[in-house]
Amino acid sequence: MTATKAPPAPEPALELRKPATRKRLVPYWLLLPGIVWLLVFFAAPLVYQASTSLQTGSLEKGFEVTWHVQTYADALTEYYPQFLRSVAYAGTATALCLLLGYPLAYLIAFKAGRWRNVLMILVIAPFFTSFLIRTLAWKTILSDSGTVVSVLNSLHILDVTSWLGVTEGERVLATPLAVVCGLTYNFLPFMILPLYTSLERIDGRLHEAAGDLYARPFTTFRKVTFPLSMPGVVAGTLLTFIPATGDYINAELLGAANQKMVGNVIQSQFLRVLDYPTAAALSFILMAAILAMVTVYIRKSGTEDLV
Amino acid sequence: MTALTRWLRRNLVVLAGLATLAYLVLPNIVVLVFSFNKPNGRFNYTWQRFSTDAWTDPCGVADLCGSLSLSLQIAIWATVGATVLGTMIAFALARYRFRARGAVSSLIFLPMAMPEVVMAASLATLFLNMGVDFGFWTILIAHIMFCLSFVVTAVKARVMSMDPRLEQAAQDLYASPAQTFLRVTLPIAAPGIAAGALLSFALSFDDFIITNFNAGSTVTFPMFVWGSAQRGTPVQINVIGTAMFALAVLCVLVGQLAGTRRRRS
Repeated sequence: MTATKAPPAPEPALELRKPATRKRLVPYWLLLPGIVWLLVFFAAPLVYQASTSLQTGSLEKGFEVTWHVQTYADALTEYYPQFLRSVAYAGTATALCLLLGYPLAYLIAFKAGRWRNVLMILVIAPFFTSFLIRTLAWKTILSDSGTVVSVLNSLHILDVTSWLGVTEGERVLATPLAVVCGLTYNFLPFMILPLYTSLERIDGRLHEAAGDLYARPFTTFRKVTFPLSMPGVVAGTLLTFIPATGDYINAELLGAANQKMVGNVIQSQFLRVLDYPTAAALSFILMAAILAMVTVYIRKSGTEDLV
Repeated sequence: MTALTRWLRRNLVVLAGLATLAYLVLPNIVVLVFSFNKPNGRFNYTWQRFSTDAWTDPCGVADLCGSLSLSLQIAIWATVGATVLGTMIAFALARYRFRARGAVSSLIFLPMAMPEVVMAASLATLFLNMGVDFGFWTILIAHIMFCLSFVVTAVKARVMSMDPRLEQAAQDLYASPAQTFLRVTLPIAAPGIAAGALLSFALSFDDFIITNFNAGSTVTFPMFVWGSAQRGTPVQINVIGTAMFALAVLCVLVGQLAGTRRRRS
C-alpha cells in the first residue's frame, strides 16, 4: 500500500467566513424588534416611573426630581390598610381557587373520558367573553333580592358571615365576600389550566401502583398525585395571586366604597387626583411586595424551574 | 354506610368538579338570560319581562358598536404585531444559543408576572412625560407590549418540542433554507403561533386595566362596559356578551372537529 500524500488542506475561503458571522447574528436580528419594543414600552417606563416616584410638584407647576423619598413613607402610612386588604383578598381568592379548581382539573385530567374536550371548552370559553360583562353578572346573582342571598339568609349563613365580618347585614353585594367571590371567579381559569397541565402529565400507572400497595384513594392523592402536581399548584397560585393583588375591577364593581384595594388607590391617584408621584410610589411598593412574596414562595415550594 | 353516602363518597371529585364548573358558567347563563330582559329603568340587574328588543337592535345604544369596532381593530392589529414580533423572539430563544439569552428570557417573563396596574401606570407616565396624545396608537402600543410575552411562551413551547431532524431531512433532500422554513418549520410551528395569536386577540380585546390608563378619551368596548356600570347598563351589552361566548364556543368546536378529522384521515 503506497501512502498517498494527502492534498493540502484548502485555505478557508473568505466568502465562507462571511455567512458564518451573518448566521451568528441571526438570533439577534430575530430578537431586535420585539426586544426593543419591550425595552422601550415596558422596561423604560418602569425606570421612568421610579424617577416619577421621587418627584415633587403639581400639574400646574410641573414635576421635578427632588429625591423626595417621603412620598413612599406617606403612601405607606396612608394606604397600608388597602395594601393589607389587597393581600388578604388576593390570598383568600387564591386559596379558594386552589380548593375549587383542583377537583375540576382532576376531573378533567382523570375522570372525564370523552367529555374531556367539552369540559375544557367550558373552562376556556369564558376567556373569550368580556370578563367585565361577566363580573357585572355577579351583581345580578348576588343582588339583595336574588336567590343566592335569600337561600343564604334562610340557612342563617349570612348571620355567621356577618359575625365574621365578611358580609354586612342581610346582603352580600358591597361586602368583602362579594369581592372575594368575584376575584375567585375571575382568576379561576388561571388556576385550572396549569393544574390540568401538570395533572395530565402524571402517569396513570402510578395510581395503580399505589393501589396495588394498598394505599387508600386519599393516601394515593396525598402521597402521589398532589406532590406530582406541585409545579401546577405553584404556577397556578402565582398566576392567580399576582394579578388578583393588583386588580381593582372587582373591588370597584362588587365592593363597597370604603373597602378599596390598592389597585383602586393607584387608579384614582393617577387618573382622578393626578398625583403621579404617589401613584408611582404605590405601584413600586406593590411591585416590590409582590416580588418579595413570590421569591419567598418559590424558594419554599422548591420549584425554581418555572420560568 | 347507606348506598347514597357510598355513592357520594365515590363521586366526590366529580361532584366538586362539576360544582366548580357551574360556578364558572353561571355568569354566562345569567348574561344569556338577561339579554332577553326588558329592564325597568337604566340598570339591567333585576328580571322584569321577556323581550327580544336588544337582539333585534344590538347597535341601538349610542357608542356601543363604535367602541366594539374600535376594540376589534385594536385587537386585530395588536394580534398581528405581537404574533410577528413574538414568533421571531420565540424562534431565536428556541433555536439559538447566544449571549444575553437569560436576560432576554427574564425580560419576556416579567410582563406576565407583573400586576397590570403597575405596567399600565408606568407606561402612561412615560407617554405623559413625552407629551404623546393618548388614543388609538397608545392603546395599540400598550397591547402589543403585554401580548408579546404570551405569544413567545406559546410559540416557544411548540418549537422546542419539534424534532430538529425533520429540518435536517428537508435539507438532505436539497430544500433551500427558505423552502425548509416555509414547507417544514412553519407548518409544524403553526399550532403554537395560532394559539399565541388567539390568546393575544382575546387578551387585547378584553383588556381593561392597561387600556383605562392609556386610552385618554378613546372608548374601547371594555371601557364602554365599565362606564355603563355607572351610567346604567343597556341590555345590548348582554347580547354582545352572549354572542361572544357563542362565537368562542363555535370556534373551539370547529377547531376540535377539524383536528379530529385530520387525525383520522
